[in-house]
Amino acid sequence: MGLDRHDALELYRAMLLTRGVEERGHILYRQGKIPGSFYTGRGNEAAAVGVAWAMAPNDVGCPTQRDMGAHIVRGTEPWRIFAQYMGRIDGPTRGKDGNVHMGDTQLGMIAMVSHLPAMLPVATGCALAFRLRGEARVAVGWLGDGGSARGDAHEAMNFAGVRRLPVVFVIDNTQFAYSTPGQLQFSIAHLADRANAYGFEGVVVDGTDVLAVYREARAAIEKARAGGGPTLLELVTLRMEGHAVHDDAFYVPRGLHERWLEKDPIERHRAWLRLNDPDFSEDVDEGVRSDVKRVLIEAIRRADESPMPAPDDALTGVWAEPEELDTPHHR
Amino acid sequence: MPVMTYLQAISDGLREEMRRDERVFIIGEDVGVYGGAFKVTQGFQAEFGDWRVLDAPLAETAIVGACTGAALMGMRPVAEMQFADFVSCAWDHLTTVAAKQHYRTGAAVPIVVRCPSGGGFSGGPFHSQNPESSFAHIPGLRIACPSTPADAKGLLLTAIRDPNPVLYFEHKHLYRRIKGEVPDGDVVVPFGQARIARPGSDVTLVTWGAMVHTAIEAAALLEAEDGSAVEVIDLRTIVPWDREAVLSSVVRTSRLLVLHEDTRTGGFGAEIAATIAEEAFEDLDAPVMRIAAPDTPVPFSPTLEKAFLPQVEDVVTALKELAAY
Repeated sequence: MGLDRHDALELYRAMLLTRGVEERGHILYRQGKIPGSFYTGRGNEAAAVGVAWAMAPNDVGCPTQRDMGAHIVRGTEPWRIFAQYMGRIDGPTRGKDGNVHMGDTQLGMIAMVSHLPAMLPVATGCALAFRLRGEARVAVGWLGDGGSARGDAHEAMNFAGVRRLPVVFVIDNTQFAYSTPGQLQFSIAHLADRANAYGFEGVVVDGTDVLAVYREARAAIEKARAGGGPTLLELVTLRMEGHAVHDDAFYVPRGLHERWLEKDPIERHRAWLRLNDPDFSEDVDEGVRSDVKRVLIEAIRRADESPMPAPDDALTGVWAEPEELDTPHHR
Repeated sequence: MPVMTYLQAISDGLREEMRRDERVFIIGEDVGVYGGAFKVTQGFQAEFGDWRVLDAPLAETAIVGACTGAALMGMRPVAEMQFADFVSCAWDHLTTVAAKQHYRTGAAVPIVVRCPSGGGFSGGPFHSQNPESSFAHIPGLRIACPSTPADAKGLLLTAIRDPNPVLYFEHKHLYRRIKGEVPDGDVVVPFGQARIARPGSDVTLVTWGAMVHTAIEAAALLEAEDGSAVEVIDLRTIVPWDREAVLSSVVRTSRLLVLHEDTRTGGFGAEIAATIAEEAFEDLDAPVMRIAAPDTPVPFSPTLEKAFLPQVEDVVTALKELAAY
């Protein structure tokens, strides 16, 4: 499957870091240190981390608000994520946009917009660029169960299917789009079945199993890289918190959270490590956890030192300058 | 200098830029085998292949969204909307994604969306519109509206090389009706520099696109009639627009008429009128006037469409009114 013992442990670390960033962010939000609203992807850590782990360094990704794990795996530094949350100058958008609306293009990440899944046609266009230039690169476009209802999803998948573009579509099926459950968003058992209509393969994956997610994502990405066209992955999870933290998710049927808590992606992978990695002792586990904790504390400290943008910055950056196209990114 | 139609000049600019820069590619509906609904890209697929002149599914969101993605990956996409009217189906991708990506993330989105616009041939409500003002309200989008073959080519070259998203409104009624000299080779027309299409000292008439020709005709009629010298300013681009050119003309003429084919309320003419009221109030001898289409959809039947579109005689009447104020 292409994962060694070290990778399996790093997946664990990445999921811990992902959840840690969002838990700490939530605390900062409650303390009033983060303006605006605050979104988390609790329950989706394995889905985001597993897919991103399967990407090659020069692949590109267009994630959604449940995919913090993808930013972590691609190397976005946690302190910059906190700076982003807090509207500081060192966040990837320098205070111009908030929460997980970020993407470091140097890391192959493209910042999402709120109009989900608008980034699917964009991911398809990245794949088109790769195809035009004959590059063995792949684009990954994420969407949610709610986003699947919008026309952008159809147009992107149809176009990608027609041209067999190197793009992988990943649906984080978290079962609820804000308060609206899946059965009011789509009338089929599995969104992955739609792939058939676009002429490519759809795969349903347990989104709480990071190894299964990685395995299927890797297969889809390498198939796309080899010229085999798109794949639609449906990663089934449950959104374990509200749409954003103001939302207590009262509309989720009683007992559902409890049932899915038994499949908590981090605990699940930890159990796997205990069973399958003889070196994964209590000490190693504690070491990883305390290391993540240390990273988070340091990240918050450093982010808090980052200044707020100057008011005049509001007026800058609307227009790109010609010399900006002379970067490696645009060459 | 070779003489070309407006349409040939667009074709010529596109072809030259594709030869010069392999990052440039064309995507749109029926642009390949068919050569585009108006034949702007006729013969392109034979020269550049069926990926660089790409027949897309009937899906403007996918077309413009894909342009943004490809541009972020270093390409220079040129999309063709079959009619400017259909750009509404790509509104989100222009205004939400392309226009804001640089402000938010610092990533440039060098895309061009060609929009065959305008009425005059009974295209009806969905094949005749001039939606430039809607987009002019969105920070982050550049907007070009050429009126001559030379500008059609020169502004297109600038549009393709610009690091920002550009909406390029090419007026369908000018395609084969207007001919003119077009400089050979790589001659660009910069954005934000208006052209004095007809010098004059009595009234300033600001316009763009096909209305430049209506304005020139009206100015010539009026001069023949009473000797008035109307200065016609062709803005060429409305984002950015050349405020200095308009202001310096108004300082000389003290009278301003703004003319556009788009509907009146919230049209870009209102922005020009407001700017002149703010910055040149003391220089004015008369209120700023506007001639625009009425606030209705574009009607189909020839008599109705003629009543809708600003006519030469409407402009002459307004100019006389202004001069007599």
